[in-house]
Amino acid sequence: MRFPNFALNWPAAIALLLLLSSAPAHAGKTLDQIRQRAQLVCGVSTGVIGFSSADSQGRWNGLDVDVCRAIAAAVLNDPNKVKYVPLNAQQRFTALQSGEVDLLSRNTTWTLTRDASLGLHFTAITYHDGQGFLVPKKLKLTSAKQLKNAEICVQSGTTTEKNLSDYFKAQGIRIKPVVFEKFEASIKAFFSGRCQAYTTDASALAFIRAKEAPRPDDYAVLPELISKEPLGPVVRRGDDEWFAIVKWVIFALIEAEEYGVTQANLEQMKASGDPAIQRLLGTAEDSGKLLGLDRDWAARAVKAVGNYGEMFQRNVGDASPLKLRAALNALWSKGGRKVAVQAGRVRWA
Amino acid sequence: MNRVATTRAWLRRNLFSDVFSGLTTLLLLAGGVHWLPGLIDWVLLQAVFTPDAAACEAVDHAGACWGVVAEKYRFILFGRYPYAEQWRPLLATTLLLLVIVASGLRLLACGPLLAAWLLALPAFFVLMGGGYFGLTAVGSDLWGGLPLTLLLATMGMLLALPLAVLVALGRQSSLPLPRALCTVYVELVRGVPLISVLFLASFLFPIILPQGSSVDVLLRVQGGIVLFAAAYLSETIRGGLQAVPGGQHDAAAALGLGRWQAMRWIILPQALRAVIPSVMNSAVSIFKDTSLVTVVSLYELTGALSLALAGDAEWRSFHLEGYLFIGLIYWIGCYAMSRFSRTLELEGGLQRKSLQGLG
Amino acid sequence: MADFRHAAFATPLLAGGLLAGLWWLLDVTAANMHERGIRSGFGFLSDPAGFGIGESLLPFDSADSTLWALAAGLANTLRVALPAIVFSTLLGTLIGLGRLSPNLLLRGLCAVYVETLRNVPLLLHLLAWYFVVTDLLPPASDALQLAPHVFLGKSGLALPWPGGDSGLFDLPARGEMGIVGGAVLTPEFLALFLGLTLYTAAYVAETVRAGIQSVPRGQSDAGLALGLTRARLFRLVLLPQALRSIIPPLTNQHLSLTKNASLAVAIGYPDLVSVANTTLNQTGRAAECIALIMAVYLILSILTAWLSAWLERRTGRWAER
Ligand SMILES: N[C@@H](CCC(=O)N[C@@H](CS)C(=O)NCC(=O)O)C(=O)O
Repeated sequence: MRFPNFALNWPAAIALLLLLSSAPAHAGKTLDQIRQRAQLVCGVSTGVIGFSSADSQGRWNGLDVDVCRAIAAAVLNDPNKVKYVPLNAQQRFTALQSGEVDLLSRNTTWTLTRDASLGLHFTAITYHDGQGFLVPKKLKLTSAKQLKNAEICVQSGTTTEKNLSDYFKAQGIRIKPVVFEKFEASIKAFFSGRCQAYTTDASALAFIRAKEAPRPDDYAVLPELISKEPLGPVVRRGDDEWFAIVKWVIFALIEAEEYGVTQANLEQMKASGDPAIQRLLGTAEDSGKLLGLDRDWAARAVKAVGNYGEMFQRNVGDASPLKLRAALNALWSKGGRKVAVQAGRVRWA
Repeated sequence: MNRVATTRAWLRRNLFSDVFSGLTTLLLLAGGVHWLPGLIDWVLLQAVFTPDAAACEAVDHAGACWGVVAEKYRFILFGRYPYAEQWRPLLATTLLLLVIVASGLRLLACGPLLAAWLLALPAFFVLMGGGYFGLTAVGSDLWGGLPLTLLLATMGMLLALPLAVLVALGRQSSLPLPRALCTVYVELVRGVPLISVLFLASFLFPIILPQGSSVDVLLRVQGGIVLFAAAYLSETIRGGLQAVPGGQHDAAAALGLGRWQAMRWIILPQALRAVIPSVMNSAVSIFKDTSLVTVVSLYELTGALSLALAGDAEWRSFHLEGYLFIGLIYWIGCYAMSRFSRTLELEGGLQRKSLQGLG
Repeated sequence: MADFRHAAFATPLLAGGLLAGLWWLLDVTAANMHERGIRSGFGFLSDPAGFGIGESLLPFDSADSTLWALAAGLANTLRVALPAIVFSTLLGTLIGLGRLSPNLLLRGLCAVYVETLRNVPLLLHLLAWYFVVTDLLPPASDALQLAPHVFLGKSGLALPWPGGDSGLFDLPARGEMGIVGGAVLTPEFLALFLGLTLYTAAYVAETVRAGIQSVPRGQSDAGLALGLTRARLFRLVLLPQALRSIIPPLTNQHLSLTKNASLAVAIGYPDLVSVANTTLNQTGRAAECIALIMAVYLILSILTAWLSAWLERRTGRWAER
């Protein structure tokens, strides 16, 4: 092989490549695009019951799915106009960055790195979680501190992976992570006995124990939560209006819980004389205008999925197989962490 | 008497030609006697064939649990495609397979074959995707299992071939720029693992592409496979081009054909015919390589199997039977293709021989 | 993954050009990403990795730099690829010779081996082996004891290893969490090693068989006529000639094997690609991580091509002697 003019031709080659990888065009308005296609494209997990999972008919449900439905109700006037794109831990950010999804509503932890370096914005916290450990009962463990030299199964592409190493480093305990790229693979390995513990968000552990274990009673969740995992929906940078809409739909759902507005009593509440409720439901002043929506955007969201408390109970709380307690996810006025920046008014409990 | 003698001679020649051979025979026979009954026991006698998880559990791996296939075959073969609509991927797969088999066995003449392909491919997409003729639309994110494997492999081959020819010609070109570009492309792709190309297609293409223009992940991955396959194929074709005797170029020139005309009518046909067997070998590789797309979360045959079994506590411990089942599907495909390639090779050899005989 | 001839790189210029081109493409991508607010650049390589690596030949701690994590990944790739190369070559050669044996049974068995293993995707081999190791072996807490201080269980194969704090050998023993001490070959390693070795052996066998068959029959007839024994005929006449046509495709197989080791990511073995993949996920630096994987593999390919060319020259000379 001879390449006589190879070196000389680099500038030309470079010019060609330059053409091939043209600079990105500027982002269109997400809201306009959604209205145009009459569909919200929502990135969800590939299947974490309680948060987002598809049933045998391909119908999606869960807390994260309800967030999508509420937003679709607010902007498209129909909670069913959502296309769900299942994404595993590693695909999720690329899918959002590339515009494949309008919104990532998938048990995703708000971290500084993600918020500041991926070209994304976290909107609000929809679930206060923490990382825990699932272990087989026959190992008779009572604390994560007994996991010395243990092999721990974990899914790649998660905050979980780093927390795991941070926590045990701080404790001065050596463990061996066994890292899998896919959720299915990690679960399979754990239940085959490859690892002595499985670690992820406590909410997901509840689902894994209840739904994935051959015999749930053979497994237990250890008491330690080794991290705080504030989960919430994420949008792309560069579209502040869309960012605001997602954020405020979530706040509206939380506020509805605060004011006692439910799916059932929504119509009565519309007649309420409470100015805060009037403002929320758009009966007195048009709060939607500021967001580029119409006046009963929030009422539609609540009508579609209920208030935050209802969403919680239905998907992960007492009315669900997971039976998680609200705990941190109760309203701030009830000892929890759930706060909405007020759409209505400041209400001192 | 004579029969006995020939049998003896045969045994002698094939099994006991010398001490070493005799010992080998005895050893292998002993091994067979030792292992075979257990194997037959596991595969057949103690196996559970009904989709009954409790029965499988009870057998506790002493026999195979083929019930897992009976229970999950639709999910394994068609992935997450909507259950009620699964006749569509079934029909689409059958059509595509028929055309492929017809091409392999040369059941049709050139014209009808081309027509069959031109009908089968659009039919495949219409059946899978729907949206026409009253078929409900099914997004490509729900395609999975065997049709997806077939699609990736077939389209991979069909699109990579023309690209490979271009690249092979480019590498022969006397213009330095195209030659350098083609060389860089081929060596670059052949130097890296397919997984990295798939990562590129799945994680990087979307951010490099202009914003707002998102390309379906299936298309991106298909593109990655095509680029990967074309690099290898182009080397095969280049080999074919180099094998065409120089006299052919001269003869074409003497006939007054231009360079491109000579290439199109004289050189390329000979080169391509000569490399068909190796092209088939590449097809086998591509077919097997499609399994890697599960790593970037497309649920083709291998991925669909994991999805079907890993998420189901009842059946999770019978993966091995599942692997054997899809292994058999892959095996049939690959074996058929390599047989086909060997037949072609033999035919080619015969042709060459008869030509030499003439000369 | 592929069984094609790999042409040797003509000039270091080309190799350099490749890397330069890659680097440049990266630069454009970085500019594009900057516009989307996605951070880019290779600065993250010196940041602490922050994640653990389950098994590593190089001493690694999550506080070490990301670059070191990637190096540990590369070391893990080589740790599985090199033994697999040796064993697959040995096994493949035996099987290739077996296919030429006058013994029908042996010939048939070897043919069956080649045809079954070659016609099933490697990924499936790996998944199946991994399943066999992790699902069918006993759990770590009651691992099989194969020999004194040799344990086999779901946590892998534990072997005595020189060194350790007490005495000459670090001996594995039963602990609270399964087996402690000794050197451990994890199930991930075992599955990858077995899968790569057995799969590649099928290809090596075909290469060896074709190589030996490529020596014209007349050569063995002549050798036998000269009164050489079969063994000497093989060593002095057939082997040197066969090697010339075996070595180039064989180095190709070795290269494929190394590239195929990247399938580790599917079964959780922390090879270069897995670690780069984890880094990609943790830092979001997709372009950088993918480029690093590609660059490392390209360099490995170039080195192998050079090595192969050198070997070819050597065996050429040997055969001419
Ligand atoms: N909150 C963590 C972990 C989220 C996560 O991905 N968890 C895994 C394990 S439960 C999961 O949801 N996997 C499902 C999937 O990949 O689709 C994060 O944001 O990194």
